[in-house]
Amino acid sequence: MAAVVTFCVMFAFWVVMSGKLDLFHLGMGVMASALVSWLSRDLLFSGHTKTLGGTLGEIGRFLRYAGWLFWQVVLANVHIAGLSLSPRAMERIDPRIIRFKTVLKTDFARFVLANSITLTPGTVTVRIQDDTFYVHAINPQAAGDLAGDAVGGPGEMERWVAWIFEGGKR
Amino acid sequence: MLLDLVVVVLMVCGLLLFLATTVGLLRFPDFYTRVHAAGKGDTLSTVLMLGGLIIYLLRDFNGETALTAVKLSLIVFFVFIASPTATHAIIDAGYESKVPYWTRRKGAGAGYDGPERRRQDRQI
Repeated sequence: MAAVVTFCVMFAFWVVMSGKLDLFHLGMGVMASALVSWLSRDLLFSGHTKTLGGTLGEIGRFLRYAGWLFWQVVLANVHIAGLSLSPRAMERIDPRIIRFKTVLKTDFARFVLANSITLTPGTVTVRIQDDTFYVHAINPQAAGDLAGDAVGGPGEMERWVAWIFEGGKR
Repeated sequence: MLLDLVVVVLMVCGLLLFLATTVGLLRFPDFYTRVHAAGKGDTLSTVLMLGGLIIYLLRDFNGETALTAVKLSLIVFFVFIASPTATHAIIDAGYESKVPYWTRRKGAGAGYDGPERRRQDRQI
């Protein structure tokens, strides 16, 4: 099943990239996609045992999160651009490594959170050790409430990711 | 005409962000902060510039330009996955090989708390 889905994704990608719809090129595409999806059948959708409805719900929630995340990327990008062009840049940066324990359980949810943190300018996920995220932030404003909100719960981005994949409220 | 204006505004915004990224790369004090500037300023600026190109292409809409626009959107998609991954790989390699990081209070080198500190964490 996973191999079939992988094959469809690969073949769609082939068609878009080649742009030629004659038998020769499509045949090459089928062979190449079949080979790749057989070799990497356990990579793209490994251990995906959820129902179709659950997956669709995840995709829908993820798209709403993508909208929010894009706005955060815009805000943070403007902040960092202003920082690096500022005459007093050295006074305004205050780099530090932030540690926080995550509430996320699955690897994929952690991957999404780590990539979102890195995508937002001003913060980079250095590593995840056991349950602890190590995040390098260029100054406290860039970090925001990443390490936890005012009452010690998870930050806003982590609440979003938890809402997508593990239920719970945003 | 109006569409041309939108394209120009998008491209100029993207170029300005790239400029800020480059200036940050040259000005920031240490390895980690420079990776911040180099690795991530390009996410939004790539979106802006490729978005401008897509609009420019789609002014005369036909199958060929639509296909090229889809390819450009795929570039945006892959940049959004590849850029954080590469940034993370570089910064994790720096952390692993104990590159000291600059802090405001202690100056360069004093702020490092690498693997030794992590071993401590695990014992707790």
